Amino acid sequence: MVGYQWFDGQLLSAARLSATGFGDASAGVYRHAITMLGRLASSAGVLGKLVAQQLASNAGASAGLAQTAAAAAGSSGLLQQLGRSSSRAFATNSHDIFNIHKHSPDNNWNTEFDFTPANYKKVAEIIARYPPNYKASACIPVLDIAQQQNKGWLSLAAMNRVAKVLDMPEIRVYEVATFYTMFNRSKMGKYHVMICGTTPCRLQGAQHIEHALVDKLGIHIGETTADGMFTLGEMECMGACVNAPMIAIADYTTGVEGFTYNYYEDLTPKDACDIIDTLRKGEKPRVGSQHRSKAEPAGAVVKDKWVPAKGGETLMGKPPGPYCRDLTDPPPPPPQPAA
Amino acid sequence: MLLSSSLAVQAGSSALQLGAGALQHVAKCVARCISTSSWSSEKHFGGISDDDRIFQNLYGRHDTSIKGALARGDWYRTKDLIANGSDWIIEQVKQSGMRGRGGAGFPSGLKWSFMPKVSDGRPSYVVINADESEPGTCKDREIMRHEPHKLIEGALMAGVGMRARAGYIYIRGEFVNERRCVQRAIDEAYAAGLLGSNAAGSGYSFDLRLHQGAGAYICGEETALLESLEGRQGKPRLKPPYPASVGLYGCPTTITNVETVSCVPTILRRGPDWFSSFGRPNNSGTKLFCISGHVNRPCTVEESMSIPLRELIERHAGGVRGGWDNLLAIIPGGSSTPLLPKAACDTVLMDYDSLREQQSDLGTAAVIVMDKSTDIIDAIARLAYFYKVESCGQCTPCREGTGWLYDILTRLVHCDAKMQEIDMLAMITKQIQGHTICALGDAAALPVMGLLRHFRPEMEARIKSASKPQRIAAAR
Repeated sequence: MVGYQWFDGQLLSAARLSATGFGDASAGVYRHAITMLGRLASSAGVLGKLVAQQLASNAGASAGLAQTAAAAAGSSGLLQQLGRSSSRAFATNSHDIFNIHKHSPDNNWNTEFDFTPANYKKVAEIIARYPPNYKASACIPVLDIAQQQNKGWLSLAAMNRVAKVLDMPEIRVYEVATFYTMFNRSKMGKYHVMICGTTPCRLQGAQHIEHALVDKLGIHIGETTADGMFTLGEMECMGACVNAPMIAIADYTTGVEGFTYNYYEDLTPKDACDIIDTLRKGEKPRVGSQHRSKAEPAGAVVKDKWVPAKGGETLMGKPPGPYCRDLTDPPPPPPQPAA
Repeated sequence: MLLSSSLAVQAGSSALQLGAGALQHVAKCVARCISTSSWSSEKHFGGISDDDRIFQNLYGRHDTSIKGALARGDWYRTKDLIANGSDWIIEQVKQSGMRGRGGAGFPSGLKWSFMPKVSDGRPSYVVINADESEPGTCKDREIMRHEPHKLIEGALMAGVGMRARAGYIYIRGEFVNERRCVQRAIDEAYAAGLLGSNAAGSGYSFDLRLHQGAGAYICGEETALLESLEGRQGKPRLKPPYPASVGLYGCPTTITNVETVSCVPTILRRGPDWFSSFGRPNNSGTKLFCISGHVNRPCTVEESMSIPLRELIERHAGGVRGGWDNLLAIIPGGSSTPLLPKAACDTVLMDYDSLREQQSDLGTAAVIVMDKSTDIIDAIARLAYFYKVESCGQCTPCREGTGWLYDILTRLVHCDAKMQEIDMLAMITKQIQGHTICALGDAAALPVMGLLRHFRPEMEARIKSASKPQRIAAAR
């Protein structure tokens, strides 16, 4: 969500160096270039890897150098490293690391996207909520429909279509799509599994849930499984803190009609793995708290186990019926200020 | 308190020589010497009965549809309440002493009275802030999925009070199921003629629409919410101009929290005196508390304001894990409030004034409990990361400062920091606070200030306990 890129300066100097240095390079310049590329690769993660490859190929350097640079950057857990460094500052979410668009075969200026007729009806309902001269207000909800239709991610074509439908300049839609964390701009798996990592969940063992899911799925945060089923992400506070720890799963398998975004709460690591197994089988896991009804006092997850605890129940009886005081009395005078 | 007890001791020792009757007489004189106001502040709040609770279906045990809501008393005599007029509604809210439940605690009646009484051609709007993203807070969620009709009727009351043409409920994007509950309730209300033209047969026209966010904590800030509602990035606006002058689409707008608005119909029906009978003066009413962290029964519960913190945790949340003495610290009002160490938690009351005396704040009343097994520096470092990610990036102190705080605190967790950096943290928080466009900067600075104020020895010990290679690296 943050617009600045602190390592632009580093990139620029590396680019200049490789452009001039490789042509008539001395050994010292080569060594410096390799150190710079290596530092880029490790500190800026994937971006560094791509830039390193680009620079190496542009400069016509030997295949060895390009391979070295790429290998340095391509180690597994790269994205994990990303989490440790400040460069994660500019990411909108765990997997869309850039606020820029990179053309790819299925996501470029020439790909197409259009809403289905059923979804156009939904879009029209959404637009009707706002004053007719403020169609831009519908940007977030309509982008949401486009994302659900497009299997969980927003291609350039989808964003351009939304801009057309809402009579907005494309850049304004790009701004919204890059600012908010729920919008994905790269391909997603069928299920987007999001772990809440903020302090209330962290105190209750969110890191154990994360480790369990990383082991279970065999991928790190920000990555998608090889079979395209699950994308793992970390989210900030999801608003279910008394039912910590929790995950949310977005289901992009059946388009807009079947879209669900469910919370699975009060999780032990075993519960989290069971949920993945259930989804793999094509069944629906229990939504909400896995061990109690809602947010009533009933127990807690302690050391990766659910520990029930009785007591403190309120609102167990039948609620009272309608009541209103006598409104015909004149309102009492306002109370005197305290002495 | 101290004066009365010392007087009593002196009086008591001399009375021993005088006899029991004289003792009684002396005690009466002592009581008369003490002003009555100090005695009235001794009243204990907490342990309210179910009949005093506003949100009867907090745990979703009963029907959440309009049928269930009507049975619980929602939409009862709404027409008569509206017939008393807009000014009456605002006056009742003022008298009840309701303070905004969204975290700032600004008196609601006063805030709503800022809306124009006569339109200058622009319509007025009421916007309900259902973007509940403050770490620790999960109370609005319960209202929206289990008692949506309280919210809708409250929105109508607020709209009538503020002479608004329409209302928007801005619900956070992640609350998809809650959004569906609220949308269903809005549809039910329209079908029953409770919204729209001639809402509830009152002759007043009020439209209510649901809008969603897409995952941004900053959109809980009122002007960022308006920006997001208008279809832009959620970057806050400068105030002044305040939303009551220039708000949504440039029209007078008031943004209120879900809980604030949902309490209003009950306040109007049961009377502001009933509401202000809970809690100390200036801290009126009941409140939804979300108790999370290291307690035996984390839960959301409705209790009286000014309840002692210890009673709240032990009565409802089953006490701190391992007993009260296993408590390390508590964050009383969601992550944006400074933490309180155990010593303060023994006696503090859960209301605005008592917590402000302890240099914290009630905020959203989201109590995060941390026991002695917690790495307190790691907990605050993770909060610093939260603010860094959620910063919109508009203004320099917040954009740079939140990242800087996170960098130092994360290294401090691993003992990789210098002693000077502790003072540097204090300097950064002072440079952020009050110098930003919105309060996210302050919210980022406050947890770190709380950590510095109460756990500085722990931070210094962490640095001193660094291994030799870490110390060499830090000294470079």
